[in-house]
Amino acid sequence: MALRMWASSTANALRISCASKAHLSPAFSLSRCFSSVLDGLKYASSHEWVKHEGPVVTIGITDHAQDHLGEVVFVELPEPGGSVSQGGSFGAVESVKATSDVNSPISGEIVEVNSKLVESPGLINKSPYEDGWMIKLKPGNPSELESLMGSKEYTKFCEEEDAAH
Amino acid sequence: MANPGKIGVPMMNLVRLKGVPILQQLHLEERLLRTSSHNWCIINDGTNQPTIVMGVSGKPAELLEIESVLCDQIPVMRRFTGGGTVLVDPGTIFVTFICNKDAVAGIQPYPQPIMSWSGALYNKVFQGIGDFHLRENDYVFGDRKFGGNAQSITKNRWIHHTSFLWDYEVRNMDYLKLPARVPEYRLARGHLEFICRMKDYLSRSEFINRTIEAAKTHFSLRSTDLEAIETTANTKFCPSTRLLTMQELEIAAKFASQSNVSLYQ
Repeated sequence: MALRMWASSTANALRISCASKAHLSPAFSLSRCFSSVLDGLKYASSHEWVKHEGPVVTIGITDHAQDHLGEVVFVELPEPGGSVSQGGSFGAVESVKATSDVNSPISGEIVEVNSKLVESPGLINKSPYEDGWMIKLKPGNPSELESLMGSKEYTKFCEEEDAAH
Repeated sequence: MANPGKIGVPMMNLVRLKGVPILQQLHLEERLLRTSSHNWCIINDGTNQPTIVMGVSGKPAELLEIESVLCDQIPVMRRFTGGGTVLVDPGTIFVTFICNKDAVAGIQPYPQPIMSWSGALYNKVFQGIGDFHLRENDYVFGDRKFGGNAQSITKNRWIHHTSFLWDYEVRNMDYLKLPARVPEYRLARGHLEFICRMKDYLSRSEFINRTIEAAKTHFSLRSTDLEAIETTANTKFCPSTRLLTMQELEIAAKFASQSNVSLYQ
């Protein structure tokens, strides 16, 4: 537990920048025991992330989620044009023997889905915050973003969740 | 059967079925997962007819000997949970747990922790009987599989269901191809060298009774029947589990034979 707390505070202090996206910074991971959490994103307690860029948001599942799920072998995605409510399920991922719902952190209209995931579901494991994005939404109520966690809060949330089990 | 009044132990409804069609069972399970807030244990002692049940992403062309399936008119369905393909029949015993995520203390709602929990429960069931293990994601005696598992996890609930091969017809295995994804311990064995029968170890009633007793160590069980559930059913819910149509299977058969032709060109 002491090592985990030290690693967490070190991770928060270091904040190494990600070269490809200047405005997003990964929290430093000492080892693969700790999932990466990016600055600049918002997070839901059900382990989805939201990136807000202009009129559209992008949504996917976090590194913590993909690590706990295991190898993703199939992704169920909605059709563009549909709508989703905050906390509602918009799709699912299959890993090992399980399907797991993916829930939308905010409500909105689905404007695009990541069709690459049909042939390459493993992108969710390899690149959960970039190539493994799942849907893009036009937010129905942008103030819902304020109810989500920032990177520090989400990091703490994951640590507490893992420690409790 | 009910074990009333244990303080601090979550309640679980126990439903015992016999010979219920697997489609009806899966529809019930999906509806209870999605619309109920209670915990459930469902035991179906055999299903009424041989049926092929694929997981959520199952593709018949890859998994089935479709010409034989079509010729013998074996129903094929795709269920709402993940995992592989099974052929179920009156010799299959089904055990299902549907739980709120906080119902089992200390387990996170992810596939591996749920699988470990179920493995520990069945360790109790099979204590002193055979060389029982949870091996990768299967229940085995030694290195032979007799129980297959699948799960579905929602925001606040999960289902873990198992089909146990109490007995099976050898000829029915011919409907299933060797899947592309197999556990490592399978070691390229064909179906008949890979699986075994639970009937060689204990009777149906003994297995079911032991399972109920093991469940009682986690939950306070309350028996209920199918009629009571169905009268209070949420009629708006539409399950995703469904039978594949003849047309879908014929298209898959055509695709499979075209793939075979291109392989040999």
